[in-house]
Amino acid sequence: MKLGNIDKEIIRLTQAGLPLTNKPYLNIAQRLGITESQVLDRVNAMKNSRVIRRIAAVPNHYKIGYVANGMSVWNIPDDKIMDYGKQIGQLSFVSHCYQRPRHPGIWEYNLFAMIHARNRDEVYELAKEIAELLGDDNHGYEILFSKRILKKTGLRI
Amino acid sequence: MSQTDDTHLLDDTDKRIINSLQKGFPVCSRPFKKAADEIGTNEDELISRISILLDENFLTRFGPMYDAAEFGGGLTLAAMTVPDDKFDWVSDYLNSVKEVAHNYEREHVLNMWFVLGTEHQDDIDRVIKQIENETGLVVYNMPKLHSFFVNLYLPVD
Repeated sequence: MKLGNIDKEIIRLTQAGLPLTNKPYLNIAQRLGITESQVLDRVNAMKNSRVIRRIAAVPNHYKIGYVANGMSVWNIPDDKIMDYGKQIGQLSFVSHCYQRPRHPGIWEYNLFAMIHARNRDEVYELAKEIAELLGDDNHGYEILFSKRILKKTGLRI
Repeated sequence: MSQTDDTHLLDDTDKRIINSLQKGFPVCSRPFKKAADEIGTNEDELISRISILLDENFLTRFGPMYDAAEFGGGLTLAAMTVPDDKFDWVSDYLNSVKEVAHNYEREHVLNMWFVLGTEHQDDIDRVIKQIENETGLVVYNMPKLHSFFVNLYLPVD
């Protein structure tokens, strides 16, 4: 989808969050000098084209008890990855699920799934669920835990 | 990573809000009213509680989640094996590179993992070359080849 100027303005006004007022889309419309229904139309269009992945609250997973997260990485036959990727992405404990390239010799994994849980043991258990789902098509996996956040500024346009 | 489980500070209404709004938020003129009806609270109470949950960092974001890849810019995940005696220097260096959005230390031979975001797709290769030249280390580029739809839900109980 090609973003128009109005889309870019809406993104600019909402990338830090939706206004916390009774009519948040009217608030955005008034700041842009357009109508509320124009804003609603553009937001729906961006949702449909996946520019907006979803509109929701993102909990701080540490503070609500999900203090362990592991980046699970999997070696799956390339010709089956679309099917398995869809299934793994649907699991409620997976926050990101991507196919990425292998680097033969140092990195044989082609599927990444970020697992969130209350502790490391639970992360290992949930990874076993994924392993069971893959059966014989699981050609190896690892879970990489983060030791430290060195930088987190987020992306801005 | 030092944050701990603070769910004991939440009451049942807070928990219902966090659980419900993770799943999505309506696009309409008065979305807080619609969401409040489903949660079993009222519009003003919902707005005020979301504001407090954000201030207290139980929620890190509330609003549209944009997919940066759809903006037309460049986005990738990259990893390096950084020797111990160079670790702090490389970490400081990456923090100074404005295209580095996140950087994590992970427990693996590939011990430094970072996300690069650039205004144009073409810039990714240039920034990677620059990082390799400055650090003398190999950067393994792992751009996403396919993004699978996720359905993350971390309930608070």
